[in-house]
Amino acid sequence: MKANELLDAKGLACPMPIVRTKKAMDNLKTGEVLEIHATDQGSKADLTAWSKAGGHELLESTEENGVLKFWIKKG
Amino acid sequence: MSVKAMTAKEVAKKVINKEELFILDVRNESAFNDWKIEGDKIEILNTPYFDLFDGVEEIMDAIPENKEVLVVCAKEGSSIMVAEMLSDAGLSVYYLQGGMKAWSEHLEHVKVGDLTNGGEIHQFVRLGKGCLSYMVVSNGEAAIIDPARMTDIYLDYAESIGAKITHVFDTHLHADHISGGREIAEKTKATYWLPPKDATEVQFDYQPLEGGKTITIGNTKINIHALYSPGHTIGSTSFVVDDKYLLTGDILFIDSIGRPDLAGMAEDWVGDLRETLYDRYRELSDDLIVLPAHFMIIEELNEDGSVAKPLATLFEENHGLNIADEAEFRDMVTGNLPPQPNAYQEIRETNMGKIKPDDEKQREMEIGPNRCAIR
Repeated sequence: MKANELLDAKGLACPMPIVRTKKAMDNLKTGEVLEIHATDQGSKADLTAWSKAGGHELLESTEENGVLKFWIKKG
Repeated sequence: MSVKAMTAKEVAKKVINKEELFILDVRNESAFNDWKIEGDKIEILNTPYFDLFDGVEEIMDAIPENKEVLVVCAKEGSSIMVAEMLSDAGLSVYYLQGGMKAWSEHLEHVKVGDLTNGGEIHQFVRLGKGCLSYMVVSNGEAAIIDPARMTDIYLDYAESIGAKITHVFDTHLHADHISGGREIAEKTKATYWLPPKDATEVQFDYQPLEGGKTITIGNTKINIHALYSPGHTIGSTSFVVDDKYLLTGDILFIDSIGRPDLAGMAEDWVGDLRETLYDRYRELSDDLIVLPAHFMIIEELNEDGSVAKPLATLFEENHGLNIADEAEFRDMVTGNLPPQPNAYQEIRETNMGKIKPDDEKQREMEIGPNRCAIR
């Protein structure tokens, strides 16, 4: 999936993946897509809930070899 | 003002002593709704940490001034962040050291009672998950029943009193938590017992635990009588210890009964469950003290933190033991099942020795409540 920005949050523990995601998202325009890579298992549920609460759209998420990938469209 | 750590053990003391505590749980809403710290005098508020990035002003009014405040998250990182924000805003707060993971793993040790000739029986209460395990001690020997994955507490306690662990039992193949039985048996060269009907797929050696078997602990002969009591699983086995205590495993709890479906056989096993609860247990002395493998609600705890009640009391008060009509019982048991425990299939496979997840993965698999009971 095509993204406007890539955020590498691998190796970071909660709350940092979401803190970084929020900062990266602040720099995007509505409709642009942020791709996030993380290894903290907790970020799956938290990013889903955070996107929903912030009016963003979680387009897709995958997990490969322990790396979680998310694509979030700014709302 | 200040931020200090509070350990799971300190929280456990507050729960057992019914002390007041205000908890701000900053996990996401679904994790919170699934599972949280509960207690008689605990007041709890859920606001996810990611809703507080821009400040804590909106929740300041909801936090009482006259209570200790504990911030809780999954592992501890987010709770420290929020605790620091609250501290900056003028409050003195605690965060839960190790988060809900530490809470899930904490075991509270309670002595339940004395046995013949100086023997003792101890209960280990896993408050965060509702799991109970036991140690029977007599004259320098010890037996452990349904031990949790955190094996140190049993090994350390046995060592501290100079007892050698000679037998380890699992009342059944567990689906809600990872058994520490095999590990303890390996470390202490104790005999590991499992009901053979639950163990058809296990990948390791064990001694078959069958009804009618009697195992003696210590020279003073504390007898453990195995009593075949299927229903939660086909192999589920209860124990009568020293003619005084009935260890019911996941068949009968204080205010609830076992569920028959976690190995996929609800319809087949509900009959067994009924027979165990309504026939087999009725033949026993109702002076026996029931010691179950779980509790479901905090009200099932006694004043001292133990979970134990006479069988006679359960016959009177436990709803699951008081459904005269068999069809109604069937409906209650099979039609009313709570969601299955987190990762229960993987947990069963781990307990069979089929898969060997690392420690971190095992921790993740056990997250959440046990959900072995029907009420």
